[in-house]
Amino acid sequence: MVKFLPLKEAVAENLHDGDTVAFEGFTHLIPTAAAHEAIRQGFRDLTLIRMTPDLIYDQMIGMGMAKKIIFSYVGNPGVGLLRRARDAIENGFPRSIEIEEHSHAGMANAYEAGAAGLPCAVFRGYRGAGLASVNPNIRSVTCPFTGEVLAAVPAIRPDVSFIHAQKADSKGNVLVEGIIGIQKEAVLAAKRAVVTVEEVVDSFDDLHPNLTVLPSWTVTAISVVPGGSHPSYAHGYYVRDNAAYLEWDEIAADRDRFQAWMQANVIESKAGDFAARVEHLRPAA
Amino acid sequence: MSEDQKLGFTPNEMMTIAASRALKNDDVCFVGIGAPSAACNVARLTHAPDITLIYESGTIGTAPDVLPLSIGDGELCETAVTTVAVPEMFRYWLQGGRISIGFLGAAQLDKFGNINTTVIGDYARPKTRLPGGGGAPEIATSSKEVYITMAQTKRGMVEKIDFFTSFGHGEGGGHRKRLGIDTAGPTLLITDLAIWKPNPVTKEFTVVSLHPGVSREQVQATCGWVVKFAEALDETPAPTELELKTLRDLQARTKAAHEGTAKEKAA
Repeated sequence: MVKFLPLKEAVAENLHDGDTVAFEGFTHLIPTAAAHEAIRQGFRDLTLIRMTPDLIYDQMIGMGMAKKIIFSYVGNPGVGLLRRARDAIENGFPRSIEIEEHSHAGMANAYEAGAAGLPCAVFRGYRGAGLASVNPNIRSVTCPFTGEVLAAVPAIRPDVSFIHAQKADSKGNVLVEGIIGIQKEAVLAAKRAVVTVEEVVDSFDDLHPNLTVLPSWTVTAISVVPGGSHPSYAHGYYVRDNAAYLEWDEIAADRDRFQAWMQANVIESKAGDFAARVEHLRPAA
Repeated sequence: MSEDQKLGFTPNEMMTIAASRALKNDDVCFVGIGAPSAACNVARLTHAPDITLIYESGTIGTAPDVLPLSIGDGELCETAVTTVAVPEMFRYWLQGGRISIGFLGAAQLDKFGNINTTVIGDYARPKTRLPGGGGAPEIATSSKEVYITMAQTKRGMVEKIDFFTSFGHGEGGGHRKRLGIDTAGPTLLITDLAIWKPNPVTKEFTVVSLHPGVSREQVQATCGWVVKFAEALDETPAPTELELKTLRDLQARTKAAHEGTAKEKAA
């Protein structure tokens, strides 16, 4: 049965040292508040899964929490590189990390296979791509009907997935809308799922019948964190803080400035601080 | 008076506009971020109003008023015909063969249209770790054709790329076919200096058109391989007033929008 919990407890109950964890959100609905809570609680030796590691994994890697990352695009979308991730990969700072790199198609198919309860995903991909020769988890199968050689990657099955979503109803059903990315698959592929939401409403009775709703029994815990996706966005609530993504490029470029920023904005901060961060990004009433 | 002032446009503007002209009204284009995104939207705002632009975040038939910073900005979804999940995007729409043009940028490119956006140096011990492929490895092999756009530099256009992020024509000739890839691959390269097309047999990119005011020497001086030029070399028509105005207005709207969300609340 899904539990409504303060974020601090939802994270403490569901994430453990050494876990394989996905914090998903394909540029939209990124669970930043949950990632910051995980940083405050100081978990170690995590295997971090995410298609686009983005700012939150740059932060977690920079804080030395990751032993491995599984990803398909280790950039700051539209801005450039992730400088803390680079420092770890190029210089082993603050610790060396193992990387398992895929394409978006590979990761998307692997999440879907996880949600579908399959051991692996099969698709037409990686042809001529260098990743196939550096990642031993990229293999091939031959179609038994046509003889076509197809790519195969193992299914993604996180111990726990974190996503952000627009809202839950009072029973704990969750609505995701807009760019839905990989949110549904990340939840259904995981053993446990924690969802942060902008708000809770009485019921979903008036929703369009085809909207993406995750039934309450697919979710372990829900925390209400308005603005919890900042500097990403929540469609219908606030827009993407593109300036913050541009600014991150400078913050993360320097080890000391990064630490100072993390101390002020994450360590000495709390989930309740997110609402104020999106106030200027909400549409004018 | 600088060269740009004499011409009335910059090499980058010429690149974006030349790239936009290559797109047709009935194309279904999978748009890479950066230079391709600007070109695709200029096409949509000028000669190709019905073009279908698709971004890998799942937005199909999008018509943004400003250029998105990321491939998942909210405006892409708000203006799209439909928005699908990312697995569906890659499985049904890209792998399913629905994309006519995959439009990519490149950090490193070789003369056969192979692209590296993964690492500079050795993969295991990179000198520079770049973001990696994202959607590009499959865009490069599942789109019916691939267009590439990038500004020319000797560091960017190299004899040998450090990593095959996205497969172009491999070692040239029939290399794609030998790997079981049945799409055409890179058929067009638009740089800030020239338009290039692959030789029909060798698949080596060859300059077919120089942009106004550009010399062969300039093209060679900013390219790391020995450049081949077509026998009948064209001059790219200069941007029209409408094209330039459309691009500049789009960029001005974009700049205002991205700075408009500014916040400086560190500490």
